[in-house]
Amino acid sequence: MTHVETYGQIRNGHPGRLFIVEGIDGSGKSTQLTLLAQWLRSQGHLVVFSEWNSSPIVRATTARGKKRRLLTPLTFSLIHATDFSDRVERDIVPALKAGAIVLADRYVYTAFARDVARGCDRGWVRSLYRFATVPTMAIYFRVPLETALHRILSGRPRLKWYEAGMDLNLHPEVTESYKLFQARIQAEYERIVPEFGLEVMDATRPVEVQQRLLRQMVTPLLAPASSRSQEVHS
Amino acid sequence: MSGFDSYGEGVPGVALDDLSGWLIVVEGTDGVGRTTHIGRLRAHLEKLGYAVAETGLLRSDLASRGIHRAKMGNTLGSNAFNLFYATDFADRLQQQIVPALRSGFVMLTDRYVYSLIARAIVRGADSDWIKKVYSFALRPDAVFYLRIDVKPLVPRVLADGGFDYWESGMDLPMGEDLYESFIEYQRRLIAELDTLAREYSFQTIDATRPVDELSEDLCERVTQLLTKPRPAPALRPA
Repeated sequence: MTHVETYGQIRNGHPGRLFIVEGIDGSGKSTQLTLLAQWLRSQGHLVVFSEWNSSPIVRATTARGKKRRLLTPLTFSLIHATDFSDRVERDIVPALKAGAIVLADRYVYTAFARDVARGCDRGWVRSLYRFATVPTMAIYFRVPLETALHRILSGRPRLKWYEAGMDLNLHPEVTESYKLFQARIQAEYERIVPEFGLEVMDATRPVEVQQRLLRQMVTPLLAPASSRSQEVHS
Repeated sequence: MSGFDSYGEGVPGVALDDLSGWLIVVEGTDGVGRTTHIGRLRAHLEKLGYAVAETGLLRSDLASRGIHRAKMGNTLGSNAFNLFYATDFADRLQQQIVPALRSGFVMLTDRYVYSLIARAIVRGADSDWIKKVYSFALRPDAVFYLRIDVKPLVPRVLADGGFDYWESGMDLPMGEDLYESFIEYQRRLIAELDTLAREYSFQTIDATRPVDELSEDLCERVTQLLTKPRPAPALRPA
């Protein structure tokens, strides 16, 4: 189904590049993206990092909604789309115009997975993000659910209400709810990967092996050396 | 016959078929007299014994403060604003409108998704897209559109405190002059509402009529609506 009003129509016509990583919590994607950023910078590229949920104006509302548990699946979805839209308009697109390599830890696919796991309509969520530029490459870090859960639950015991999907009444106990919610999100990701042609990284492999592969995937898509020359001597 | 229908997939996790009240929308541009007429309508309905609740733009617990703050600085991107308004509406739909309808209230709504769709389109949003964003909204029982042209609107707005920055579209590139910008912005907004009026079968009411006469007409139309059996959702205005 190709409606004009849905995600996937806005191509990056700017000199910059947009690389994004996706995956459930504990898939190791953030570690890999940080390593990639360091490497790209060391190669003299202009690198801009963009994180999910970072627009200062909207953040106060999101924080209020979460703290007071005012958010429903619908408003959770909309407030995150508001935040993301502001980031696209004010951070991502200007950086792409300036020829930067933009690295995003989570992108629209996080919303597609998470909002649908919360019960929002698939088609509706995809059209909500119509305004978003299609990335140069999106990499999905695939990991068995148990591995990811083990990494998260052994390292960070306190899960937040919405993070654990407690608003969905899946289970009265936070950890159990989190597990069920992550399983739903993972199932959605598996649907998204073929739908939008995400590249898949086997996230069970050693960190350094994944990083080598990631650099190999990204390299052919980098802009010609123009963006380097300005930084290489600085 | 009870129950409500939405324009799209509805509200996730919310059953709409057990809602029994009435959802009445009053639309129209700023300064047209919506507040006055809603106040009179409410008094009229309460006299008849109906329980009445009200809501309007930017009255959500979740997002109204954030939107007001963002408006003060004019620092939020235009598309982000569209979605922030949608967040405010969604919160009110779920926290105010649905509970009132579930309890059998007459919900009087001072502007609905149509004003929000119109303001987004005037600011360059794709019309199909913004309608899709709002497709979770309930189809109201009736939309009364208080229609006015820009020219008769001007003295009312002046008497009512003058031209507002946003209601004059000063965030749009339409010149520095507040008056000129107001005229152009309102002209476009009213044209957009006129288009939506046809598309969504509004009942258009000439807002230049004398206040008492208009008010009586509106009360009469709503009373008739409430005393008639409710048509099945599919038969209601599109």
